Amino acid sequence: MAENKGVLVYGELTEGKLAAITTELLGCGRRLADDLKEDLSCLLASDMFGEASKEVIAFGADKVYEVEDPSLRQYQADSYMQVVEKLVKDTSPRAVLIGQTSVGRDLAPRLAFRLGVGLATDCLDLSIDPETKLLLQTRPAYGGNAQAIFSSELMPQVVTIRTKAMSPMERDESRKGEIISTKLEIDMSKVRTATLEMVKEEVAGVKLEDAPVIVSGGRGIGGPEPFQTTLKELADLLHGGVGATRPPADNGWVSEAMHIGLTGKIVAPDIYIAIAISGASQHIAGCSGSKNLIAINKDPEANIFKEAAFGVVGKYEEVVPAFTNKLKELLAS
Amino acid sequence: MPGVNMIVCCKQVLDPEAPPSVFKVDPASNRMTVPPDIKPVIGQYEEFALEAALKIKDKTGGKIVTLSLGNKLVRDVIKKTLAVGGDDLILLEDEAFEGGDSWSTAYALATAIKKIGEYDLIFCGRQSSDWDAGQVGLGIAEILGIPAVTLARKVEVTDGKARIERVVPDGYEVVEVAFPVLITVTSEVGALRYAALKGIMAAAKKQPTMWKPGDIGLEPAQVGAAGRRTKLNKLFQPVKEAKCEMIEGETPAEAGANLAVRLRQAKIL
Repeated sequence: MAENKGVLVYGELTEGKLAAITTELLGCGRRLADDLKEDLSCLLASDMFGEASKEVIAFGADKVYEVEDPSLRQYQADSYMQVVEKLVKDTSPRAVLIGQTSVGRDLAPRLAFRLGVGLATDCLDLSIDPETKLLLQTRPAYGGNAQAIFSSELMPQVVTIRTKAMSPMERDESRKGEIISTKLEIDMSKVRTATLEMVKEEVAGVKLEDAPVIVSGGRGIGGPEPFQTTLKELADLLHGGVGATRPPADNGWVSEAMHIGLTGKIVAPDIYIAIAISGASQHIAGCSGSKNLIAINKDPEANIFKEAAFGVVGKYEEVVPAFTNKLKELLAS
Repeated sequence: MPGVNMIVCCKQVLDPEAPPSVFKVDPASNRMTVPPDIKPVIGQYEEFALEAALKIKDKTGGKIVTLSLGNKLVRDVIKKTLAVGGDDLILLEDEAFEGGDSWSTAYALATAIKKIGEYDLIFCGRQSSDWDAGQVGLGIAEILGIPAVTLARKVEVTDGKARIERVVPDGYEVVEVAFPVLITVTSEVGALRYAALKGIMAAAKKQPTMWKPGDIGLEPAQVGAAGRRTKLNKLFQPVKEAKCEMIEGETPAEAGANLAVRLRQAKIL
């Protein structure tokens, strides 16, 4: 078998455009490839391509493998796996970087097990060990109460990377790279699942991943109503969105789309206002990238105060309306 | 149709709901510890997986075998799977199973599932509640060569097929797949039901089936720490410097107003 070389990014597209995670993976991949003095390539699988491949180069790749097939219109494990497995075997990369996204969570373990190699999911940091040239893979464990550094000698080294954990490179249109159109036969008889229906569950208001301000509530909110009144009023004032920890989503107080945390959305707004949130590690994992975390909680010992830049101890029913009113007054003047 | 044969993989974990301050890494062994008074639990996603299986048993009938791998499994913790309605419990319990990674765990579970032989549906949690890797379920499916559907929020069966609502970022997709299939389950399935007293009494009397590596045809060198494909170089707890500025007031309302003033002053809002 050929020696494994280079870094391969599994690229994701949303409506024909590069997904944010892909630019993040390319930023990280470029750094690793430079450390190794090897190439960075990117796989794009889709039913049609616009300018996405050029964008991949502008964001740092040396090579783009475009696999175009009508059956790749939507992610489906059994068809996509054929593409990824074949390309990885043909190109023998040293490392494969995949996003810790809906697609990546489903794809990466299948790939690693099919290839018989190791995998670290949800990595927060990656670096090259200067001696062994192996990838040092840092990921959280115990719901964020610890971090672990993994490595594996089996090639390729496969990882998934948490969204918003890596910085993209500055977009540079003058960068040169090669676009390789790759034709692969996809054997539809190997696709064992049938997608009967896609159901969209729209969430009104600002998209949490893009919101500059998020007002978030925990179990301590006590029911569905304050999310639509007290929290929403504050969020509206700041042109932000309303989020929640897992218990309100599991209890049906809010929709699952509002769930922020390890198994929900990962957000990194400028301002995150955590209301009646105790600060379980699983929730912090979803909002620790926020620039300013502000906590309001009646329990002075709550873990959230260890994460926050500003805090108020008190019942949210009393603190938040006064905070909102004062803010309204200050913003108007 | 005859009842559905189901297997649910359940992991015993350190209680993830325990306060963060009790989690301490033992640097010598690179392992996480909690004080002995904090009882382990079945992982929360495995509980959802078990509930998904029980819902099918309620509706269509069938048999649920729960399977757990580890060492020093606490009987009244793991027997909860029987108390709520599981039919049989198989424990892969041995010192040799300790210190495994996703690879060695999935390999041992898949090998045990082959030995069980009859299965239509295999359920796993979407990820464990300690390492959160989300690999073992898909790994079992790859090793067995069967299809897998992840992040199920609802599972129904008809005529040898499963119809699964699978969570995707903006909603869900409805997927249909013929048996056998492995399904990983997310929290939206609903919390695991409480055990009835009758169930608890029956579970207390039932003895789990015990399998050592040799019983499923594996050498100790293929399981646990010896069977890993990844190396854990270091487990550590990053030190956080608490730097929260507490805003006070005569009343909570006044503190709230003062917070607004302070954030304006700091040019944050």
